[in-house]
Amino acid sequence: MKVSRRALLAGAAGVVALGKTAAMQASQAPSDPSKVRGKPSRALGQRAPFEKPQRQPRGVASSGTPHQDLYGTITPADLHFERHHGGVPEIDPKTYSLLIHGMVERPMVFTLADLKRFPSVSRVHFLECSGNFGGRGTATELTPQQLAGLTSTSEWTGVALATLFREVGASPKATWFLAEGQDAAVLTRSIPVSKAHDDALIAYGQNGEAIRPEQGYPARLLLPGWEGNSNVKWLRRIELSDRPFMTREETSKYTEPMADGTARIFSFLMDARSLITYPAYPVTLSRGWVEINGIAWTGSGKIRRVDVSTDGGATWTPARLQEPVLSKAHTRFRHLWNWTGGEAVIMSRAVDETGYVQPTRDVLIAARGVSSVGYHVNPITGWLIRPDGTVVYRAEPW
Amino acid sequence: MKSALRLVAIGVLGLICVAGDRNAVPLAAQARTTAPAKAQPAKAPAKAPSAKEPARFGIGRPATPAEITAWDIDVGPDGVGLPPGRGTPADGAPIYTSRCAGCHGKTGKEGPNDVLAGRLPGDAFPFARDPRAPKTIGSYWPYATTAFDYIRRAMPPDAPGSLKDNEVYGLVAYLLFLNELIPADASIDATSLPKVKMPAHDRFVPDTRGAPKPAPGAKSR
Repeated sequence: MKVSRRALLAGAAGVVALGKTAAMQASQAPSDPSKVRGKPSRALGQRAPFEKPQRQPRGVASSGTPHQDLYGTITPADLHFERHHGGVPEIDPKTYSLLIHGMVERPMVFTLADLKRFPSVSRVHFLECSGNFGGRGTATELTPQQLAGLTSTSEWTGVALATLFREVGASPKATWFLAEGQDAAVLTRSIPVSKAHDDALIAYGQNGEAIRPEQGYPARLLLPGWEGNSNVKWLRRIELSDRPFMTREETSKYTEPMADGTARIFSFLMDARSLITYPAYPVTLSRGWVEINGIAWTGSGKIRRVDVSTDGGATWTPARLQEPVLSKAHTRFRHLWNWTGGEAVIMSRAVDETGYVQPTRDVLIAARGVSSVGYHVNPITGWLIRPDGTVVYRAEPW
Repeated sequence: MKSALRLVAIGVLGLICVAGDRNAVPLAAQARTTAPAKAQPAKAPAKAPSAKEPARFGIGRPATPAEITAWDIDVGPDGVGLPPGRGTPADGAPIYTSRCAGCHGKTGKEGPNDVLAGRLPGDAFPFARDPRAPKTIGSYWPYATTAFDYIRRAMPPDAPGSLKDNEVYGLVAYLLFLNELIPADASIDATSLPKVKMPAHDRFVPDTRGAPKPAPGAKSR
């Protein structure tokens, strides 16, 4: 069954026709590989020709991770989601530099080589665009990629921002800093200095290699657990200040209107969320034992528990969490279920170490209003399994 | 007055964050703690780090004033960073028509990209319940300075950063005029721009979800 699922999902997610194409290519392999001398060694490895996981671009400014094609928790770097506001810039690492100035004793410039000379750290963290919700309409033929493709997890390597702040002599009176990219949007966000002393990095490594261009090559700001947009890519400048800068991204864009007539500003934290990635559209289930599995994550630290329901939320059972559960990283959960063939709605609900419980759509709407679905929307997601085994997204129109 | 309170609130939020950080040590203190205090008990951990981190590594070089000036283009809500120059709605109108109208519409209301102009009756703030209410400069943006900062750094997309400061002032003046925020004969410069009163200014409230002690029982956020 797994093989047919792979074949079905190969190519653009959800497009069954492409899956069939991939299945036909599979027939090019020799019927008995042990009777044919294999390929020689090569400088750069490639995926098996039968495996064609793809990001799914939505317009020119974003593309999502194909969660339905992935195992475990680490996102392959070339499948990490992308979101940019002025295209992906080409930056020569030899001429790259990072300027840190403002409320500092010594305004300084660091080359990429300089950044790599500082003590480094590697940590596994998710990154999620706060606009990561594609399920507000009535469509049911939606894949995990389409619903929540704008979250990915990588091992990031870089220098602690606190180390650089010591190097420049950041003023104790500085409470905010501006992070600015070198893309065509020259994207800027204001960040509390406290995040630098918590866990912020200037990252240049991703899953063991240099960060990919779409993720900010050659260096980016990484703010674990905070909305993707604030993790400024292609970082060229940091300016310390004693007040936020009120940039376009943090005022007219990444803010959330609330039901009480206000708008939430500087809403960095990504709240806990989970998503079943199997079984999900467009697979067709066979009766019998099914390992329901998916990913859960929270910007508040570790996932404490993921509950799974196979009866539309009437009852919930804690799923098994894959150890080690890492802070601010995708966590794989699994739950064995014997599907006997009736219609069922399966759902998952994340609980994080602060006790925060992933909300339902109705709870979110009560707090945020029906139309505030732009940012920080993390509702419990349901998949409807029909008696014929087809699986579709259980739409909850907003 | 209210705006001042908001700014204070944001400042306090920053302080709360600092106070809530387990690892937060004031920078000055960190710089000073290169040697352990004498009063420390002898029960120090047996396994010492291979080398103590110095206060500074001596990596990197000083930035020159010219380097800083070349990149320091941000404009703050208080007007800090605004360059010399000025512009009026009449100055900005032809620039808007030639460089902006293609994406934002003839009068800033037609799209196809972000709708820039238009107020709501009574300057209402219905965005949580009405998906059709456009988030324009006049209806949603809390600071007028943001328009200057953003246009100068990122617009137009086919030639970002190409507009001269006076052209940006003119465009900002025209957009504020289209939003009925300034009269047709107003001149926008470094002094007048931060003073433009934005209808949505007092609507914005700093997020408190990450605060150390969330309200008991608060689930929906």
